[in-house]
Amino acid sequence: MVAVTLWGSLRALTDGQAEIEVEASNFKEVLTALEQRYPALAPQFERGVSMAIDGVIYKESWATPVRPDSEVVLMPLMVGG
Amino acid sequence: MSKTHVTTTINGTRTEFLCEANETLLTVLRDRLHLTGAKEGCGSGDCGACSVTLNGRLVASCLVLGVEAEGAEITTVEGMAEGGELHPLQQKFLDLAALQCGVCTPGILVAAKALLEKNPDPSEQEVRYWLAGNLCRCTGYDKIIKAVLAAAADLRGAA
Amino acid sequence: MALDEYEKRDFQVIGSRPVRPDGIDKVTGRALYGADAVLPGMLVGKVLRSPHPHARIRSIDTRAAAALNGVRAVVTGADFGEIRKGETRNVAENAMAFDHALYDGHAVAAVAATSEAVAREALKLIEVDYEVLPHVTEIAAAMAPGAPVVHAGFVEDSVPDGFSENVTARHEFGHGDLEAGFARADKVIARTLKTAATHQGYIEPNACLASMGPDGRGDLWCCTQGHYFVRQLCAEIMGIEESRLRVTASEIGGGFGGKTTVFVEPVALMLSKKAGAPVKLVMSRNEVFRASGPTVSSEIDVKIGMTRDGRITAAEAELRYQGGAFPNITVMFGAMAAFAAYDLGAVRTVGYNVLTNRPKQAAYRAPGAPMAIYAVESVVNELCEELGLDPLEVRLKNAARKGTKSSYGPTFNDIGLVATLEAAQAHPHYRAPLGPNQGRGLSCGFWFNFGGNTSVSLSVDMDGSVSVTEGNPDIGGSRASIAMMAAEELGIPFERVRAIVADTASLGHNDVTDGSRVTFAVGLATIKAARAAKKELCKRAAMMWGIDEEAVTWENGCAKPSGPNAGSFEPLPIEKIARKSPRTGGPIAGHHEVNAEGAGVSFGVHLCDVEVDPETGHTKILRYTIFQDAGKAIHPDYVEGQMQGGAVQGIGWALNEEYIYGKDGRLQNPGFLDYRIPVASDLPDIDTVILEIPNPGHPYGVRGVGETGIVPPLAAVSNAVSHAIGTRLYELPMSPPKILKAIREG
Ligand code: FES
Ligand code: FES
Repeated sequence: MVAVTLWGSLRALTDGQAEIEVEASNFKEVLTALEQRYPALAPQFERGVSMAIDGVIYKESWATPVRPDSEVVLMPLMVGG
Repeated sequence: MSKTHVTTTINGTRTEFLCEANETLLTVLRDRLHLTGAKEGCGSGDCGACSVTLNGRLVASCLVLGVEAEGAEITTVEGMAEGGELHPLQQKFLDLAALQCGVCTPGILVAAKALLEKNPDPSEQEVRYWLAGNLCRCTGYDKIIKAVLAAAADLRGAA
Repeated sequence: MALDEYEKRDFQVIGSRPVRPDGIDKVTGRALYGADAVLPGMLVGKVLRSPHPHARIRSIDTRAAAALNGVRAVVTGADFGEIRKGETRNVAENAMAFDHALYDGHAVAAVAATSEAVAREALKLIEVDYEVLPHVTEIAAAMAPGAPVVHAGFVEDSVPDGFSENVTARHEFGHGDLEAGFARADKVIARTLKTAATHQGYIEPNACLASMGPDGRGDLWCCTQGHYFVRQLCAEIMGIEESRLRVTASEIGGGFGGKTTVFVEPVALMLSKKAGAPVKLVMSRNEVFRASGPTVSSEIDVKIGMTRDGRITAAEAELRYQGGAFPNITVMFGAMAAFAAYDLGAVRTVGYNVLTNRPKQAAYRAPGAPMAIYAVESVVNELCEELGLDPLEVRLKNAARKGTKSSYGPTFNDIGLVATLEAAQAHPHYRAPLGPNQGRGLSCGFWFNFGGNTSVSLSVDMDGSVSVTEGNPDIGGSRASIAMMAAEELGIPFERVRAIVADTASLGHNDVTDGSRVTFAVGLATIKAARAAKKELCKRAAMMWGIDEEAVTWENGCAKPSGPNAGSFEPLPIEKIARKSPRTGGPIAGHHEVNAEGAGVSFGVHLCDVEVDPETGHTKILRYTIFQDAGKAIHPDYVEGQMQGGAVQGIGWALNEEYIYGKDGRLQNPGFLDYRIPVASDLPDIDTVILEIPNPGHPYGVRGVGETGIVPPLAAVSNAVSHAIGTRLYELPMSPPKILKAIREG
């Protein structure tokens, strides 16, 4: 299991849960697992999300591995600048 | 509208062109003579990107009419290097990284050359005030001022 | 990309200061920018713009204009009206109003004619029937209940009930128990701070030259930070496949984020399609101010609690940004970046995006961060003043460092904030004496930095010189740094590498030059491409020697047998291998495609001394020093240049620059005379101290440096002014009348 931290605005869509444990081994699987549990997240995921894995921000790379002890933080998609 | 025939000298070469009475010198240089070194940053005399000299005087070519070039001597950035030899200002701008995007560079080089012709040994303050009409948004001016002062020193050494 | 990319090594080329490859064209006037290209038979495009901040367009009569001799095409919103989704629709509607004019300067029609004079004449003949609607240009008014609705249909589900329809999104970040945190504080200060909208102020107005063929294939030349993105947007708007449109990036005369999207390009393409001839469209400076993308204006409430010995116990901010008549996510970046410099147990930020009748904002260097950090750094300084603490000590005490859970979520890896603060503390500037009416200010700054999609191709030419083809417009000397990285990796002199920016047909997709990504991501791809080429070069050398490929290594531009068992051969230089390449398998090249990740955040600290004239309220910058972590400075001159340029833009933001709207909703100062950017005589030398705390996500340790520099000046200058006049301003810009008022009111 990986503990995934959600950013503030997403918590409204997960019954206030700020941290959710999912079974996943990469970026894509984290999203899929979260979406299954909380379908309300789907539109936000469709708009795009970044994921910080052990402090490194990944914009979209689905294959990025996630380990059980990884720090996984969902963040909005970062574009522009 | 009928066009006016103008005979002038640009960067030492006799040049003739036809232009409308209300056309600016900048438009003539860029669109009729394809000398696109001078840039239009504002068209209102506020940015200096279009700087050229007219009979040795530094002007904003967007505020000068093409017909005013009649009988005049004009120099633009294209006339600064002699043959393959860069002007010391150009060389210092390269050596000291005094440009980033470079769109202000032609105007600043022309303006700086006009300064050094009048005052071969300007203080930093004098350079800053002289170039106050030339906007640069990339560099913060620091390296530009240093390059002008270095070129001035070079030119004095050579003279 | 993993964190194990970085390898410590001694550099040959990296860190030196060669002359940039595009320099000679730029000092001789040869470089071609957006407005410098011509094509045979080219027409001139001109845009008619709304004089109203908000109006319904009942009808547009273009008949007289179309009938004018010399007019070859007229377009209006009806030509763009196909339904599209999402941001592309917004970009299209911003480029040409559909049924509503949404701000002063919004394009409502355009013509292409044989000359500028005819085009102007034609614009006068276009009759637009407007139904003028109520407008709103300021944040508070747009958020008020019953405010005129600027642009309906954008409210996201994140916005709670009870807000005006102009509030389109709410973003929230943070962690910890705020209440408990504030309860532990000895002093809590809450303030509201405001910043004006500013413009990137690039000296080259937006310009393009479009040519659409009758077969639906087109070419576009334009000044942009990302020609692949331009292609994507324009192809979708024109309803053609991306491969049918080839976009070539001209030299770009400054962008700073403002040229990451399109304004006139789709209009020029549509005019060209209708006219059957190339169309050049160049914005005037007035149009650039009124109808390209400035940055947001902001109102920010900040509340911070601090103990007597300077530890921050809790921090909270609500940020309200307006970025014109279309939604954007800039406030989200602000909410994420606001407290990034601090190690906080309890922090929360909430951001609201607000629509107004102003032009659609575009990115501007570290979008969203300068105003948020200005607000935070102002309140931190005020707390230091109240508690009698040294502002630098307090920042060191609370500084984010490796292992800190950042205010926006992830835990930081190696970051350089403490090192930059210590460098500032040790610098003579921090102890330089100050005279009467003088003050010193400091501020931290931060930017995330991006990586992104990148495609690079590197070929070893027949004589052993090297061409690097990249797809990101060079906005700050990146061709130099890319060529340097290729030279370093191949072990050959910088002069033997030429880097060019290719058109959209030449490489895979490259993301926009944004987020300070180029030196990081394109550099990374270049290094990988060079490594692929090296591998091939070794293989060819092995073939020439008749030994095993594994027995060859690469060193200083030569293939060498590795170890005694490989046999003894003289090292083979790159040119010899290249010359023989037809016999060993053909051309030698390397390429790399990646969605680069691991960009690595960048922190900076600025110190600023000012003198305020108590008679006039004028602020003079006396001394300015920048401390910034570059990871590894590839070409130090251009790192310094980025830092200095960003700082001076921030100084302009702090002291002078602002979009001023009248009651009539029209922009009052659309020109450089009244929108005053810093000039040479306003400034002292801008000193720089580059720190190098390697980014573990890049082979050479590079971090983006382009954006952080604009962040600290807003608060650094404001803190210095407060120090000088003994009272604080809560609003930017601090123009002389505002400073005089503050002095008078004490
Ligand atoms: S274009 Fe002439 S001064 Fe700006
Ligand atoms: S170098 Fe870009 S405006 Fe001066």
